[in-house]
Amino acid sequence: MLPILFVMPFLQLLILSNAASFEVKNIRFSYIDNDRSTASRELISKFQASDYFIGFENFSSKKEANLQMQKGKTDVILEIPNHFERNLLKDKKTNLSISINAIDGAAAGVENVYILQIINSFNQKIRSELFQYQDADFVPSENIISIPSFWYNNTLNYKTLMVPGILVLLVTMITLFLSSMNIVREKEIGTLEQINVTPIQKYQFIIGKLFPFWVLGLLILTIGLTIAKIVFDIPVLGNVGLIYFFTSVYLLVVLGIGLFISNYTETQQQAMFIAWFFMVIFILMSGLFTPIESMPDWAQKITLFNPIRYFVEIIRMVMLKGARISDIAEPFCIITFYAVIINFLAIWSYKKTN
Amino acid sequence: MSIQVENISKSYPKTLAVSDISFEVKEGELFGLIGPDGAGKTTLFRILTTVLLADEGKATVAGLDVIQDYKEIRKNIGYMPGKFSLYQDLTITENLNFFATIFGTTLEENYDLIKEIYIQIEPFKNRRAGALSGGMKQKLALCCALIHKPKILFLDEPTTGVDPVSRKEFWEMLKRLQKKGITILVSTPYMDEAALCDRIALIQKGQILKIDSPENIVSHYNKTIYKVRTKNKHQLILDLKKYPSHYSAFAFGEHVHYIDQNIHFDPTELEKYLKEQLHSEIDIAVAKTSIEDVFMDFTMLNQ
Repeated sequence: MLPILFVMPFLQLLILSNAASFEVKNIRFSYIDNDRSTASRELISKFQASDYFIGFENFSSKKEANLQMQKGKTDVILEIPNHFERNLLKDKKTNLSISINAIDGAAAGVENVYILQIINSFNQKIRSELFQYQDADFVPSENIISIPSFWYNNTLNYKTLMVPGILVLLVTMITLFLSSMNIVREKEIGTLEQINVTPIQKYQFIIGKLFPFWVLGLLILTIGLTIAKIVFDIPVLGNVGLIYFFTSVYLLVVLGIGLFISNYTETQQQAMFIAWFFMVIFILMSGLFTPIESMPDWAQKITLFNPIRYFVEIIRMVMLKGARISDIAEPFCIITFYAVIINFLAIWSYKKTN
Repeated sequence: MSIQVENISKSYPKTLAVSDISFEVKEGELFGLIGPDGAGKTTLFRILTTVLLADEGKATVAGLDVIQDYKEIRKNIGYMPGKFSLYQDLTITENLNFFATIFGTTLEENYDLIKEIYIQIEPFKNRRAGALSGGMKQKLALCCALIHKPKILFLDEPTTGVDPVSRKEFWEMLKRLQKKGITILVSTPYMDEAALCDRIALIQKGQILKIDSPENIVSHYNKTIYKVRTKNKHQLILDLKKYPSHYSAFAFGEHVHYIDQNIHFDPTELEKYLKEQLHSEIDIAVAKTSIEDVFMDFTMLNQ
């Protein structure tokens, strides 16, 4: 069991951090070139120059291309109309048709932006190259170029965002599952009955059962932070001690939930099921995969009860923004408050149910 | 008095487990609770060992109230639940040390008390408890229950699922512990073990039918029991139950134990009746009364 306990999070962190990415890459691009001119070829070569697109299948008809879209073989179809180049030169405008597979709406939106950017830059080039010398009184548009500066993650690397989040997940998952199943296991095997007739105090028993998981949680955090630094080169701008300080309180909340689940279940199977139920809600409402700001108002209010939300927020703030204790004081107070409440409830229900 | 139970009742949501039970166990006594499964023995044990609260009634263990002084009681009793409940993934030594530590003592301190039992499992002391045989598990459990030198030992069906030789050994161990001054309350569904107790309480459906020493229970029994045997045992029981003056008939080993309503019962007449019912190899003799006979009779009356 012990090797699994350490190897599993290690593997999960390595695999998930690479896989759980929202970057839209490897877009399968296909086109129908009805014009077969210099301009149309130039446009297509612009797409080919981009890292985001692959495939570049050429179809002879829209019908054929649509069939491939139906089969899921292509994501984007660009149709260049007849007389594309001629219209461009003569009328200074023309149309392009773009079809995007929008089963995943968010990805389709991103793909649309990529495509528009490429067409835009093509547009500008055409203007400067083709029109200027033909049209004497052409006034070039004012050159306003926006150069974005991305703070805290200037290469827009998704791993920088995801690794701390996934680390939070692992720490929470392992401690919650193990602690919720632990006391139930004693119930199931019957050892709790034997322990109950000994003079050992309830709080001694509970601390004895949960303390190892508290240590384990911090140990996994240590392993995770090491991997984040060495393998993923995630910057740790803030004080690592602050992360440990927060985690040590946060783990009390998780262990309290585990104990609470233990009290109301009779078998490990039931405990596992309930722990999973909470875990899924916690994960999806944590802001780890989807930003909390884009959730509906009522859902945002629910996330206020989610401990993972605060941990994700804090670990990102400390690691990526270099937040100080004064910056995280509010979420820290909330989590401390939860730790007190949940442990009070857990111990109260432990006394009641036994 | 070591254990005093007064009008204890306990019911679960759908069943009445123990109803208005009272009895006393003297100091140094080996007291047996004898009854079938579901009679309420375990419930009674759990109330006396302070892990379950009774609905009504009062009980004291070693002179301490089970509700108010539960902490003190736990220091003075050893409890061996019916289900093996030690840590299966700890070894014999680890289990012993663990329980010794919980009770604030050490294995060495009370080694004298468990020595005789411990020696038998010592060769396997580094084996995990889960990998032990039934008899060894039970010896280990007894050692763990004795580790803190309890005044009173509660043993809930300690011999269920244990082979006959180990059962006999186990009772010999109990007798020796009793000589060391430990009061023992033991429950068992086996009637043959009842005879080994100083006093027994016959318990059924949460009620005590009779409390006395096994000898008295047997000798005070005033009905004569006949053991009957023929070739076809199953048909014999059916036919005996049809016999006009029959009181009871039940299978007992290879015989059928038969009691007649009539004090002046004549076995030859029964033999004649059985012959008419086409039974062969008929053998009728007076049987020695056993606890089981008495228990069966009480059970019948109770129903």
